Amino acid sequence: MVGMNDPATVTEPRGTGLPGSARFSPRRRRQISQAVQYTLFVAVALTLVLVADWERVQRGFFDGTSAASMFPELITVAMKNTVIFTITGYVFGFALGLVVALMRLSSAVPNRIVALVFIEVFRGLPALLVFILIGFGLPIAFPGFSLPFGIYGTVALALGLVAAAYLAETFRAGIQAVPRGQMEAARSLGMSYSRAMVTIVVPQAIRIVIPPLTNELILLFKDSSLVFALGLTAATTELTKLGRDVSIEFATSTPLLLAGATYLVITVPLGYAVRRLEARQAKERR
Amino acid sequence: MSAAGDGSGRIVEIRGLSKSFGELEVLSGIDVTVEAGEVVCVIGPSGSGKSTLLRCVNMLEVPTAGSVHVSGVELTHRDVDIDAARRMIGMVFQQFNLFGHLSVMDNVTIAQRRVLRRSKSEAERVARENLAKVGVAEKASSYPPQLSGGQQQRVAIARALSMNPEVMLFDEPTSALDPELVGDVLGAMRQLAEEGMTMLVVTHEMQFAREVADRVLFMDEGVLVEQGPPSQVIADPHHERTRTFLARVLNPTHSGE
Ligand SMILES: Nc1ncnc2c1ncn2[C@@H]1O[C@H](COP(=O)(O)OP(=O)(O)OP(=O)(O)O)[C@@H](O)[C@H]1O
Ligand SMILES: [Mg+2]
Repeated sequence: MVGMNDPATVTEPRGTGLPGSARFSPRRRRQISQAVQYTLFVAVALTLVLVADWERVQRGFFDGTSAASMFPELITVAMKNTVIFTITGYVFGFALGLVVALMRLSSAVPNRIVALVFIEVFRGLPALLVFILIGFGLPIAFPGFSLPFGIYGTVALALGLVAAAYLAETFRAGIQAVPRGQMEAARSLGMSYSRAMVTIVVPQAIRIVIPPLTNELILLFKDSSLVFALGLTAATTELTKLGRDVSIEFATSTPLLLAGATYLVITVPLGYAVRRLEARQAKERR
Repeated sequence: MSAAGDGSGRIVEIRGLSKSFGELEVLSGIDVTVEAGEVVCVIGPSGSGKSTLLRCVNMLEVPTAGSVHVSGVELTHRDVDIDAARRMIGMVFQQFNLFGHLSVMDNVTIAQRRVLRRSKSEAERVARENLAKVGVAEKASSYPPQLSGGQQQRVAIARALSMNPEVMLFDEPTSALDPELVGDVLGAMRQLAEEGMTMLVVTHEMQFAREVADRVLFMDEGVLVEQGPPSQVIADPHHERTRTFLARVLNPTHSGE
């Protein structure tokens, strides 16, 4: 996009620019290039505004009746379920990811192989496929067995598996970023490897990777919408599903827009928190 | 268990110790003993294997050949409980290695509580005692990054002391410090030596070695070249290699490097 151009990269080295560009100083040229960018941007925006059919836009995206019909379920059911699905999946994925990361770094070869296979499989499979496998494959493979908490248990497991693969790699990076001397000092005080890992290394590793851990929570919020593949009831519906259902009922996209905005209400503050944490860590490193 | 700790007062006994990293032989056939209450300083050029020797004493590096006994326990025996054995051996590192996420008090109490199973109050009492001994009692609630290097290193000493070790290993404890902070750490070590602690110290501080050590070992290229009282090894070395090294260390401006 035009606005993304860094002014510095637009500046051409002296002598290679358009004929006559030598007449302008680099600063002047940068100003001109910026002016051109803004003009283009405004022109594109204006064209879109003029060309759009505003009546249809209003009906499609800002339809009051359908929007009103979503309340209070949007918050009391859909958002609540999205949050429950995501948090339970994340908590399970966090614990499993940590275990997998420790196995990946273990000195025992079988542990490392199991961890590696797990990571490759669940990182490579589309999340939707994992949902279907857990939701429909598991009951076929193990007749009579059912996960506790019904759909909530299934989602926690499926989302947790998806998250665990990514989180395991994040934890591994964090553990490897903790200086080796920390483990050595702990061992020299008589701690076993696992005790040193749990009490000394892992707590510092988690601090280092809090920003990427939070990013993965944001990603998981979006992945939680895949639970639609399992079939949801009115009580277990979540944001995307509710948006789609109401959208079909009223033949307007407004409910989808509203559902989307609700995701942002959750994820934008999280993103802001990540940036704050990253800034703080960058300052501490200096 | 073996016969090494038969009351002869030998705390550390290293026999025929060799260590290779792949093809590179870093230590070859080292024999060293440290008697109870003795202070032994190890000197030698960079890369001569001093750190590796020290790290072999508490099995942070596993020797390729030879044996290490500490207080009669053979650490190189394959059935040894290494975690239990390491409790007898305090270690102080060049880079301090304080636990960055824990306060000074927690740094000094965590192993006491988790490893020695001391109560919180008992562990804190021992911690305060040792922090006071090395002169950082008032820093108990600070975090490592808030301390100077000299303070951090003294906390590290207190942390090791709080496990009541039989012997303390120091690997260049002052090399990472600004010159004006070296004195505090050496002072704490000197006091420890006077109290009768058994110490094995890798150091470039010749003044300290001369005044505090009972014995000085000179290492070069993975072998123990010579050993003896500081008055002999430092003041009147027998070997040419020792002489060359000391000339460079004691008179750095005259060396060509
Ligand atoms: N983990 C390792 N893997 C491979 N080589 C190593 C390892 N640790 C040490 N070495 C090598 O062993 C040799 C001896 O290293 P060591 O750290 O024991 O020397 P040193 O006498 O302590 O030196 P310095 O005074 O610089 O600390 C060096 O050549 C070093 O490169
Ligand atoms: Mg060294």
